[in-house]
This record gives sequence, C-alpha cells and structure tokens, in this order.
Amino acid sequence: MTAPKTLYDKIWDAHVAHEADDGTCLLYIDRHLVHEVTSPQAFEGLRMAGRKVHAPDKTIAVPDHNVPTTAGREDPAQMTEESRIQVAALDTNAKEFGINYYPMNDVRQGIVHIVGPEQGWTLPGMTVVCGDSHTATHGAFGALAHGIGTSEVEHVLATQTLIQKKSKNMKVEITGKLKPGVTAKDITLAVIGETGTGGGTGYVIEYCGEAIRDLSMEGRMTVCNMAIEGGARAGLIAPDETTFEYVKGRPHAPKGGQFEQALEYWKTLFTDEGAHFDKVVTLKGEEIEPVVTWGTSPEDVLPISGVVPSPSDFEGGKVDAAARSIDYMGLTPGQKLTDIEIDTVFIGSCTNGRIEDLRAVAEVVKGKKIKDGMRAMVVPGSGLVRAQAEEEGLADIFKDAGFEWRLAGCSMCLAMNPDQLSENERCASTSNRNFEGRQGYKGRTHLVSPAMAAAAALTGKLTDVRELM
Amino acid sequence: MEKFEKLQGIAAPMPLVNIDTDMIIPKVFLKSIQRTGFGKNLFDEMRYNRDGTEIEDFVLNKPQYRDAEILIAGDNFGCGSSREHAPWAIADFGIKCVVSTSFADIFFNNCFKNGILPIVLPQEQVDTLMADAEKGANARMTVDLEAQEITTSDGETMAFEVDAFKKHCLLEGLDDIGLTMEKKASIDAFEAKASAARPWV
Repeated sequence: MTAPKTLYDKIWDAHVAHEADDGTCLLYIDRHLVHEVTSPQAFEGLRMAGRKVHAPDKTIAVPDHNVPTTAGREDPAQMTEESRIQVAALDTNAKEFGINYYPMNDVRQGIVHIVGPEQGWTLPGMTVVCGDSHTATHGAFGALAHGIGTSEVEHVLATQTLIQKKSKNMKVEITGKLKPGVTAKDITLAVIGETGTGGGTGYVIEYCGEAIRDLSMEGRMTVCNMAIEGGARAGLIAPDETTFEYVKGRPHAPKGGQFEQALEYWKTLFTDEGAHFDKVVTLKGEEIEPVVTWGTSPEDVLPISGVVPSPSDFEGGKVDAAARSIDYMGLTPGQKLTDIEIDTVFIGSCTNGRIEDLRAVAEVVKGKKIKDGMRAMVVPGSGLVRAQAEEEGLADIFKDAGFEWRLAGCSMCLAMNPDQLSENERCASTSNRNFEGRQGYKGRTHLVSPAMAAAAALTGKLTDVRELM
Repeated sequence: MEKFEKLQGIAAPMPLVNIDTDMIIPKVFLKSIQRTGFGKNLFDEMRYNRDGTEIEDFVLNKPQYRDAEILIAGDNFGCGSSREHAPWAIADFGIKCVVSTSFADIFFNNCFKNGILPIVLPQEQVDTLMADAEKGANARMTVDLEAQEITTSDGETMAFEVDAFKKHCLLEGLDDIGLTMEKKASIDAFEAKASAARPWV
C-alpha cells in the first residue's frame, strides 16, 4: 500500500520528468500562458541562442497588461510608444514561434488568467505556469499553477520544464456556510488577514471545507488567485462536479470518449484520507464578515464594521510598516472604516473580472445611481465576459447607474495602461494588491469584493453591502 | 551569467517589512523589452520626487550607501509580482546580495537567475547585520558563498544555508537552460509516457 498523498503530492508526482540526487526536479509543464510584459526578454533569449519553443501547442499568449480598455483602442494613439512596442513584440513573437495567440482585436482576448480557463486550456491535474504571480488562479481547477520570472519563462519555452524543489503542504479549511453578502473575495482576504502575506511562503495551499465546496468556479478562482498574496507558491481546490461541469464543452477541453477518459482520471485528484499537511489553518465560514483593507499590504484586512488600527496595535517591524501605511493612505487611527470616503470604484481584474462578479455588482446597483462625482468603471475580464454581460443586460444596468463600461484587460488593477489613479485618489477596488503606487502614483487602494465595491459606488463611502440588500 | 565571487562591500539597511516588487520597480518601468537599464529606477517612488530630484533621506541616496552591494532588508522582502525586473533593477544598481528573515518565493528564485544571492537568517542575526549596516560606508561586510558565511565589519561570522544546486550555479555562473537541455532524453521520455497516459493534455 502506498502512503496517503495530498492533491499537491499527486499532481507533483505525475509531472516529475527528472529528479537529481539532491531532490532538484525537472517539473513538466502542461500549459504555459504568456503575456506581453514578462515575455519579450525571454523570446529574445531564445532568438539569441537559436532555440525554438519546445511545445508551441501547449503555449498560449494574449496581451492584457498594457492594452487600453476604451473604445477604439485599435487606434495606436491610445497607447504610449512603449506599450505599443511591447504589444507589437508579442504579436511578432507569437507568429514567429508559432504559439496559440489571441490578439487585442480578438473577441476572446482578455486577462490571461480569465482566458485560459474560459477557453478550456486549464484542466484538472495539469501544471500551469505564466510569467505572472496571479497564475495561482488556475489552481481552482485542481491544477498546480504558479507564477514564474522571465528567466523561467525562457526556460519553459525552451524545455517545457521548470527546475523546482517541492514545496510543503498547507491546508486551509473554511467550514460551514457563508452568510449572505459574504463572498469568495472575503474568504481569501480573511485568510490572508489570518496568515499574513508571508504565512504561505514555502507552501502550496489546498483550500477545502464546505464553504469552498459551495463556491462556483468563478468564486474558487477568486480564492486561489490571491494565494500568492499570502505568499504561497500555489493554491489548489480539488476538482468536483462543479469543475467538470464548467470544463465540459470548452473549446480546448477534451471531447467525447477522451472527455470520459479524462474524467475518470480527474476523479482521482483529491487528498487521500490521512495525508500529511505541514500546516493547517481553519476559519469558520459563518464568522467571516465582508472585509476591506485599510493599509498597503493585502494582510491589512478588517471587517467593514472595524476601525483604522493604530501602529501600536502591532509588533516588531509591522509597527513602522503600519505607521507608514496609515500615513500613505491618509487615514487616522480609530476612524470608522465606513466613514472613509471613496473617489473611484474599479471593478475588474483576474481576481474579480468574471461574469459572476459582474452579476453581483449588477444586483446591488440595478435601478440606482452611483454617487455624484464618483468615477466608477467596470472592466470585464475578457471579450467573452463582456459579450455575455451585454447579452444578460448587465451592461445596461452598469451604464444606467453611471459606470463606464470598458473593454477587456488588466486595466487599473496595476495601471500599466491609461487607467490610473491620480495622487491621493482613493479607490475601492476588486483587484488583488493595495501596494503603494499600485494603481497609480500615490493612489490609495482599498481591496473589496465586487458587491462591496458596488455599495461604495452608490454611497461614496466604504459601506457594508448588507445594509443595501 | 557572471560568477558570484567572494564579496566585500557596503551594506545598506532597509528595515521596512513587506517591501514589495512594486516598490522595488514600479510598473511604469516594466514596458522595456530589454533586461538592462533598470538600476536607475530601483525603488523609484521611494528614491525620487515627482520632478526627478532625489529624496535625500532615502538610504541609497545617502552618500555612504550609494555604492552599496549588499542590502539588509525587513521580513518578506520581494513580495507581490513575479516581475524579474525587480532583480534586474537590483543587479543593475550593483547590489549582489540581499539578506532578510524571509523572501517571497518567486522573487527568491528570480534572484539566483540573475547572479544575486538572497540569504535568509533568523531575526536576531538580521538585527545584528542591520545594526552593522547602519554604521555606513566604513562598515564593509564580507559574503563568502563558497564557505556559506557572512561576516560583519566587526568580524562576527554567521553561517547561512543555500540550496546546493543553486549555489553551484551561482558560483559557476551557469545557464539553467543549457543544463536542462542536457537532460533532453528524460524530458522526451516523460513526454511520451505522459501523452499515452493523458492524451487530452
């Protein structure tokens, strides 16, 4: 009898192409996703060394970080010269190396972590990498997925493998049911609030428990997306009927008899009874409140009913960091979070730019108007999410409420395109990072769920969405 | 990649915890398609005013630290994005070694690909090094990768751990891709086996 394995152990074992005596492995990569910012130097490296892409059929590229999200974006004047060069470089590299490609004007274009699952590239049990830390998103399918640097992008392009040592196993269990108004985003932020941004360092997290099982694929992607903000190499959720249902029929998912064969394998992808976890964190689903971040680290999480903390509430290096955050964010210790006034609302990103996220926003803002003077935008995660939202009438709800309705891209999540905060502009954002300057120089970011962002857009303050329900 | 030689240099103290990759190199500088030239924008928003003038009290702007080759940093250094532009900027500035109580995983790996040695030490030892770095330019530390030792300006020596394979690659300046390609037979064999077992992949 073999020892019980975790889901991570199983996927890892199925992908080791070579193991050296010291435990250094070559991990085979099933899907390599590529975007325009972290790939040009990697392709250039291949060219210089006269190397080819080892498995072009397993390599998928899409421009997302730089692309404008305003109408008429094919007009080159909408992009800076540097952005234009970067997107053009991806166009050229995709063609020259013969990889799968969704150019900016393709309706399937969007944020790489939304396009991959949407097109059925991401499947249970796979290894997925991308030169982007939010590759963790794909873990929602029970795929081992993580971000890599550009040197590793080049390594995977050239060899379809990655030099890796195995991480440790960590279990994050969310028991019970979520209360109404509490979402996947609140779960993932609450976990980071609990573990800290370094709490997952050296681990692969498996999320489990009833509250996770109850989530849709969209919600699971939101949870896994932010595993990296907790420092983990990857986040995983064991595949189940919800997963199989989502995958079935996607353009690049297996069909017919091959689907059945795949399904049989996918059903073996779970953590065995008695498997060992090096670290376990458990939260009670019913105790999670809608949360917001007050500072400049994703671990700076509090329930919306809370107040801005004081640096003296912390210990060690966090005392100075908290003081710096509070100053940067223009807040006062003791201030109620619900008294914080918001200038801008951003809905989108690989964390919360999927159809379910847009439905959650529409439910809150339907028939209402955003606060006077509020700048609010909805940026769908892909052209197909955008099309579906239009078909479902969500786009009209957003426009009637006063939101800008944009084209797909990363947009203000990291503000590499023209969508940026100005100095001291305060944003309730459904994205994943509240770092200094993340959404624009001296911009101030509060991370929230889509429903909470919608509530803030209506009232002009951070607001408990449950009061509007 | 250049070989990592025994290093004797100035160490700059940056005790702030959770220094993220957006701080190390803000995204406005990610639009280059080159690997070089990022050093002038290392820690850009902490280092310069909006008009491009230097912020005097930022550590790397102080005369004694302008030529720093070692960084002693607060916990969880390099968290956030996978951007290799962060280690590119650090290396381009001339920093070859970063010491902290912990590093974010992707950043940590990226360092080794660029000839930078990230060293993890317990809090107490990082505190000692931080205090030594605070002394300024006369306090030169020594980093000996071969011996896996870091020595303060006072001669206090601390041992550190480093992965044997990564150490070997740094010392020899080896190119990962070339090494992996030597194992092409294993990769091809794995591919054949995997595509039989999981033909849908």
